[in-house]
Amino acid sequence: MDDPRTTYLDHAATTPMLPAAAEAMTRQMVEVGNASSLHASGRRARRVVEESRETIARSLGARPGDVVFTSGGTEADNLALKGMFWARRDEDARRVRILSTAVEHHAVLDPLLWLGDHGAEVELLPVDQRGRLELVALEESIARDPGSVALVSVMWANNEVGTLQPVDEVVALAAAHGVPVHSDAVQAVGAVPVDFDRSGLAALAFSGHKVGGPYGVGALAVRREVPVSALVHGGGQERDIRSGTLDVPAIAGFAAAVEQSVKVQDEHATRVAALRDDLVRRVLEVVPDAHLHGAPVGPGRLPGNAHIGFPGCEGDSLLMLLDAHGIECSTGSACSAGVPQPSHVLLAMGCDEEQARHSLRFSFGHTSTAADVDAVVAAIGPVVERARAARRS
Amino acid sequence: MRVVAAMSGGVDSAVAAARAAEAGHDVTGIHLALSRNPASYRSGARGCCTIEDANDARRAADVIGIPFYVWDLSDRFHDDVVEDFMDEYAAGRTPNPCLRCNEKIKFAAVLDRALGLGFDAVATGHYAQLRTGADGLVEMHRAVDHGKDQSYVLGVLDQQQLRHSLFPLGDTSKPLVREEAARRGLLVADKPDSHDICFVADGDNAGWLDEKLGDRAPNRGGDIVDDDTGEVLGQHAGTFGYTIGQRKGLRIGRPAPDGKPRFVLDIEPVSGTVTVGPRERLAVHRLSGIKPRWCGTVPTVLDGPDVTVQLRAHGDEHRATVTVTGGPDGQGVDVELHDPAYGIAPGQAVVVYDGSRVVGSATISATDRVAAGRP
Repeated sequence: MDDPRTTYLDHAATTPMLPAAAEAMTRQMVEVGNASSLHASGRRARRVVEESRETIARSLGARPGDVVFTSGGTEADNLALKGMFWARRDEDARRVRILSTAVEHHAVLDPLLWLGDHGAEVELLPVDQRGRLELVALEESIARDPGSVALVSVMWANNEVGTLQPVDEVVALAAAHGVPVHSDAVQAVGAVPVDFDRSGLAALAFSGHKVGGPYGVGALAVRREVPVSALVHGGGQERDIRSGTLDVPAIAGFAAAVEQSVKVQDEHATRVAALRDDLVRRVLEVVPDAHLHGAPVGPGRLPGNAHIGFPGCEGDSLLMLLDAHGIECSTGSACSAGVPQPSHVLLAMGCDEEQARHSLRFSFGHTSTAADVDAVVAAIGPVVERARAARRS
Repeated sequence: MRVVAAMSGGVDSAVAAARAAEAGHDVTGIHLALSRNPASYRSGARGCCTIEDANDARRAADVIGIPFYVWDLSDRFHDDVVEDFMDEYAAGRTPNPCLRCNEKIKFAAVLDRALGLGFDAVATGHYAQLRTGADGLVEMHRAVDHGKDQSYVLGVLDQQQLRHSLFPLGDTSKPLVREEAARRGLLVADKPDSHDICFVADGDNAGWLDEKLGDRAPNRGGDIVDDDTGEVLGQHAGTFGYTIGQRKGLRIGRPAPDGKPRFVLDIEPVSGTVTVGPRERLAVHRLSGIKPRWCGTVPTVLDGPDVTVQLRAHGDEHRATVTVTGGPDGQGVDVELHDPAYGIAPGQAVVVYDGSRVVGSATISATDRVAAGRP
């Protein structure tokens, strides 16, 4: 972002570190001390970790003891899904079903597919055209055989189309049968209000670099009373369910970022939503047949997310052409070896394969400005024309 | 010019991209994802279809300092190249998938997309030379390094395609390209050349076809018959596993009475017969080609001391007289070879040269082997 020509609108992929986080992290990088050591340096390091844990817990309505540090959102999701599934099944061998949605991030989807090959019966429940879970489907699925449900996992906010999921309703449905619910909240923390305690969730995954903290660190908030089997075995540093020497600088930076982003969340959301709304309105003026995917702008959608379909274009052509203009965004879908795949989220929302390939995701963050919107609006018309020409040829 | 450099992950295309950038073009590196399932087509680092190859291409683009993207052409590649490969073998012919890929993918699907996106040309690491002739047409010539020359597999390109192509390596020998790659800090400088067909994992065509053809296999076995006596010499496991001129893998227990090796002379997929005989029966003096493609103006008759044809990749040059048949658009070619050629398989291309210049190409549809071979 040192390049003044770059318009960075891919904050959902990663967002620049907040100054407070960089400061907290660098302060720790020059210190010594393994947080598990018993001497003074070790105690000093442990104190930083525990203060960070308390800061994060306070910011998200959790108890400090709930917070388990991991290497990031993906590991936190893996720990929640595998750890809770194994523990719940060990308690009662009939609990083999895992209920989730068809629009989860790959950090949830792929562990579920793996578990499906290793003893679990995974049901990916349908969503509506806006990408929101069909609660009736969840209700029916649980009711079919409540005793066989090991857990439910529903993301807080969709990373591609920004649709918020009805987490409260999901928790209420599951709680009626004593089923724990996990939520991947990687996109939600700092963007919308997230209160772990009030949510009634058993577990909640979130990540450092999505909230203005460092890469390579994340956490699973998981209630002490929820049994979780370990995924990474070793020294047992984190409640015996997660091992590995704690990354003190990363954890310090993570905590500073969570604290800061949650503190200003409301004001931040208002600001980026205004930018996003302006972008959507003006892009649709320039390209009249473009359309917003996902929930309508408003309380049901992430404030910084604009996921726009451009009929007749390949998403990766659009991305490449905008990149050449210094505008950085995403096709929103997962890549395999750099090969864009049609988005499973859009397919689940009822788009055909063609529609699932013609979209771009613009995501706003704390460094976004009105000039970013202007840059996209200025470029998008000719870029869409070009991409259509390439498609026709 | 704005140039798309097709980067396979190998040393040639990396140096070609570097040279195009150094020549002042605005170059964007593109790796073509051709396999629907990148991990399954091939393991190891010598093809152009693996994730490792995509990473090698990406790292080369980093070193050169150009943007890099992956374009997914796996569906087009499957439909136009892999399906064609299977159909041709099923029909008893011997296709050249590299040539088909150049015709349908690199200089068609990729070029069209590049032009649509506002690029002016596609650069590749092929060894061939382009020049503008006196008539203003772009001519394609053999590479300086005759051992690496790839003009044969580019013989399907027409004038429009040649006008938007760049082959920056045509004037250089392969060892110098490797040296240059090392000098430029490209990590692929020592990467082994790819030889086999990129989508056939271990070079075992017959095994690959056996698995993939399924119901489309014309037969799963039949007789291996002696061309002279009609005697059944053995059994094969499917005609698709054979190529005219093939000597190895015939699995005939008995040697020929004269002790000479036997070669595949004919493949008959309907009856499931593979005919074998001595090498001299492979001699071909005349052949016909269909679906001609011309690099420039369509010729009528090509005859002269410099007119040659090449009948397989890295094959010999044969002096020949080439007559274009079927009207002004040129629906076919008749080729009269001045000296016999051996092991000429229908399905391969006949590429016509005038000196070092490629005139055009056609797909070999028939040879006169039987007529000339039988006394």
